[in-house]
Amino acid sequence: MALLKIENLHTYYGHVHALKGLNLMVDEGEIVTLIGANGAGKTTTLRTISGLIRPREGRIEFNGQDIHGLPAHRIVEDGISHAPEGRGIFSTLTVMENLNMGAYTLGGDKEAIEENRRRVFDLFPRLEERKSQLGGTLSGGEQQMLTIGRALMAHPRLLMLDEPSLGLAPMLVKAIFHVIREINARGVTVLLVEQNARAALKLAHRGYVLETGRVVLSGTAGELLRDERVRKAYLGER
Amino acid sequence: MQFIQQLINGLTIGAFYSLVALGYTMVYGVLKLINFSHGDLFMWGAYLGLTGLNVLLALLPQAGAWAILPVVIIVMTTVALVGVLVERVAYRPLRTAGRLAPVISALGVAFILESLARNIYGASWKTYPTGITPTGRIALGGDARVSVMQIVVLAISFLIMGALYLFVQRTRTGTAMRAVSLDHDISRLMGIDVDRIIAIVFVIGPGLGGVAGMIVALYYGSFDFTLGWTFGLKAFIAAIMGGIGNIPGAMLGGMILGIIETLGAGYISPQWKDVIAYVILIIILIFRPTGLLGERMAEKL
Repeated sequence: MALLKIENLHTYYGHVHALKGLNLMVDEGEIVTLIGANGAGKTTTLRTISGLIRPREGRIEFNGQDIHGLPAHRIVEDGISHAPEGRGIFSTLTVMENLNMGAYTLGGDKEAIEENRRRVFDLFPRLEERKSQLGGTLSGGEQQMLTIGRALMAHPRLLMLDEPSLGLAPMLVKAIFHVIREINARGVTVLLVEQNARAALKLAHRGYVLETGRVVLSGTAGELLRDERVRKAYLGER
Repeated sequence: MQFIQQLINGLTIGAFYSLVALGYTMVYGVLKLINFSHGDLFMWGAYLGLTGLNVLLALLPQAGAWAILPVVIIVMTTVALVGVLVERVAYRPLRTAGRLAPVISALGVAFILESLARNIYGASWKTYPTGITPTGRIALGGDARVSVMQIVVLAISFLIMGALYLFVQRTRTGTAMRAVSLDHDISRLMGIDVDRIIAIVFVIGPGLGGVAGMIVALYYGSFDFTLGWTFGLKAFIAAIMGGIGNIPGAMLGGMILGIIETLGAGYISPQWKDVIAYVILIIILIFRPTGLLGERMAEKL
């Protein structure tokens, strides 16, 4: 059954028609990636799903419920966490406080928060070492870990990651992608937006190619990796 | 000993500035808005306190100083409610309208609140009931004296500020407040109801401001409708001096402004106290444009 189902989604930024009838679906347990050039609508898609932008038209169904039009904080409660582009660390809050904000929807449930925190520290031991440091003092890689770890603190069913490899050294990109696979193996469905199409398709089960606010191509990751157009446009081959 | 005396007087006035500055700085934190109506909310605390005390003392003349306690609570609640209402009606609809429109709206609210006070209570000076505040003085050696009222005012102010600091630093809601002041969208992605946090700020800021208005009126004994504008502006300046958006900064800025003013008035000349205070403010801002404890520039109004 589809965990996330998007039908005919139209989103505007002022007068700019950013998403023009987008359709996509994510099944429980999958890693699905959205690839495409800058301005294709990848980030807009995630921001619309998480409720930061209201769609003008269309449906977003999560776990059988309509969620379009719900305020963003309600969508987090429903089980979608969004680790935004550019990391969005609270720079003057400590690592621990950043993680606690990730668990905001759990309210005062100390046990659940502690359990989620143990899971996050298990995935990112570095965060535990840095827990009383201010978020703004972390390195780029550590900030990315914190962004992902913070999103996991709500114990989501669907984790949306926007450009987790952006600005990171190749070694770190590898490490981050390894952790994403690990998170998925522990039962979290992942929707991944990436510029690094090759790495994303190697990790994902399926993918969608976006161009100017529409899906122009979709298939299993293997199919997309072999596709002539994808190879030319997004994998840098001639 | 004159120095100690001036310092104590300065700290007392500084505590008033700090309490009011907190309201400016907290709202600036979450909305990046200079809430110019805050000074007039503070002034309404003084007027409502006056009415409350007069009514209560007319009904229960033997209540004496005990009348202050229930009236403070009523004043705090009422001014907090007005603060929430102002946010809902005058600021929230303009949240996405850029920086200028909400500031103008805040100025509009300030004039409305001030005119309402003048039309309802009249333009004359109002005097608080006498004989309900403590009057004793304690000698500190030499000829320096601290009044019991000053001790009470300072104790209450420090207690309130300490409690607020702990709330903001240690609780989940306080942390969410700091998160919202850094980034609304990211806070939403954490599941924080940003509108609710902003409403809480508009309960705490004006609530404290209302209490401060009543304490100031009790301390000085009399005031008029210009209290909000004159005193509010000073508190706003204290908030800038400490680093607007920064809560300990507002406390520090208020204290420093109060002390500079009294020392200037005492040692140089009362007529020159504002000149001295603002010259020092300008010097501080030249060397620390973000204020004493501020990290970010208060870039636009």
